[in-house]
Amino acid sequence: MNSSSVGKTETKILKYNGTIELSSGIEFGPIDIAYETYGSLNENADNAILVLHALTGDAHAAGYHNITDKKPGWWNDMIGPEKAFDTNKYFIVSSNMLGGCSGTTGPSSINPQTGKPYGLSFPVITIEDAVKVQKILVDFLGIKKLIVAGGSMGGMQALEWSVSFPDYVSKAIIIASTSRLTAQGIAFNAVGRNAILSDINFNNGDYYDKKYPEQGLSVARMIGHITYLCEESMHKKFGRRLQNKDKPDFDLGIDFQVESYLQHQGHTFVERFDANSYLYITKAVDYFDLSEKYGSLENAFKQTNASFLIICFSSDWLFPVSQSKEITKALVKVGKDVSFCEIESPCGHDAFLLEFKTQTEIIKSFLKRDI
Amino acid sequence: MKKYEYDILHPNYSEILKLVVHNSNVLDLGCGDGTLLKQLIDEKKVNGIGIEINQDNVIKSIHKGLSVIQGNIDEGLADFSDFAMDYVILNQTLQSTQKPDYVIQEMLRVGKKVILGFPNFAYWRIRTYLFFNGKMPKSNVLPYEWYDTPNIHLLTVRDFFDFCDVRNITIEQSILMRRGKVIKSKFKRVFADIFAEDVIFVIHK
Repeated sequence: MNSSSVGKTETKILKYNGTIELSSGIEFGPIDIAYETYGSLNENADNAILVLHALTGDAHAAGYHNITDKKPGWWNDMIGPEKAFDTNKYFIVSSNMLGGCSGTTGPSSINPQTGKPYGLSFPVITIEDAVKVQKILVDFLGIKKLIVAGGSMGGMQALEWSVSFPDYVSKAIIIASTSRLTAQGIAFNAVGRNAILSDINFNNGDYYDKKYPEQGLSVARMIGHITYLCEESMHKKFGRRLQNKDKPDFDLGIDFQVESYLQHQGHTFVERFDANSYLYITKAVDYFDLSEKYGSLENAFKQTNASFLIICFSSDWLFPVSQSKEITKALVKVGKDVSFCEIESPCGHDAFLLEFKTQTEIIKSFLKRDI
Repeated sequence: MKKYEYDILHPNYSEILKLVVHNSNVLDLGCGDGTLLKQLIDEKKVNGIGIEINQDNVIKSIHKGLSVIQGNIDEGLADFSDFAMDYVILNQTLQSTQKPDYVIQEMLRVGKKVILGFPNFAYWRIRTYLFFNGKMPKSNVLPYEWYDTPNIHLLTVRDFFDFCDVRNITIEQSILMRRGKVIKSKFKRVFADIFAEDVIFVIHK
């Protein structure tokens, strides 16, 4: 733990006993919402920043749960005293997304009506639904004005926030994200889902007291990881180097470092993530399309009152620069306040979790304006 | 050449500030670190946005509280609708664009008025420098060597008049400057291409 860390943190659970209407029309509840907060809310309740996690993230965004933890929260580089999201000034809130598996209600949660995990009886959810649930949390915490920030799927939620709650959101920071996934992005998600669905242990989503569909989920994660990197970053990281050997084995096992890396990522993911959650959340990401919902992206943004900061990365091909430019263009067209920055990076989509120095400079400057 | 007494970094800002009406919409192309745009916002309460290619400058501009879009103005202004802005400003950057004709055309499409500031390559000191030294002119305004200069499309006042003439662009106002001061002498105004070191033109379609 270094001095600029938020230190020891813990995930709390808000138990919401009501229901919300999902995009599908289904009334759903009760809902548990797992969340963490860092820093403190000011008297006017207007210094809050809601940070929104990416596909497989959780509420644990900063600090350490235990002193023995090897890794801090997923955005620890960005959240803390004097950091991009400065806990001396701001009240930072992070929550696990609806449908997730880290404390917020999702397919692995117990359905109170049956006493068993929801499994595939869990309703299909959207980014909009996830934001509705976050609104419940934000209201519970007594927050009056909000800054929203997120990368990748977190950026989608930040966009949705700024459009759905225009009087609430004063600033939106959208990093390596899009207003709608490309066909290529949907395709990769579809392959990931198919890997899970075709696992022999999947058992129609009812596997919680049986063997888990580990192989399928692991393959889904491997595919995901390929899309988070890029040709250059993979080459730099692994090249064609062999894993702990001088010559290939001439069998079908693991020879190359990149193979070993993917297998490791797949294996460790299985320990912390639920296969059904992966199905539901990737579906929510695929469905997200502001242009389709509002007729056009310009129309979507007409109602927002937020100032926007759009950040993207040159080598990101999963959420390409062109899509961030599309968001910027639509905001300019309807006369909204927007700044756009394309950061040169060889790290692919993963850059949003790695290139924190430049991001910190940009975000700090953006947040400094008239709070 | 002699040392300049005025603010060498921003010799024509005060004149540009005078041209812009209060509470107008301004797009500043190649806004650099945002100094001019910030002044326009502070002093003229304009609604301003900048476009800048250099990342460090983009960050500096955001740091000043400005809205700035990182981009290359040579690629056009597709983000902006026709006549979306009261003023589009391009100061000391025209000569370093790849396609000045296209950039000006785009500015005229987006701006009701276009403010262009550039150094006059036919200024007498530059002429004599070339004449006597036989080398590419260098000065405080044009400090680069021929091989590393970003100024790939240097032009003169007369070039600009011809350019506007051919394209039916109206020159609404011309401000001729030398060493940060506006040239008032009638004689010198007639021979602007010789006596003006720096010029600002206000043009529209």
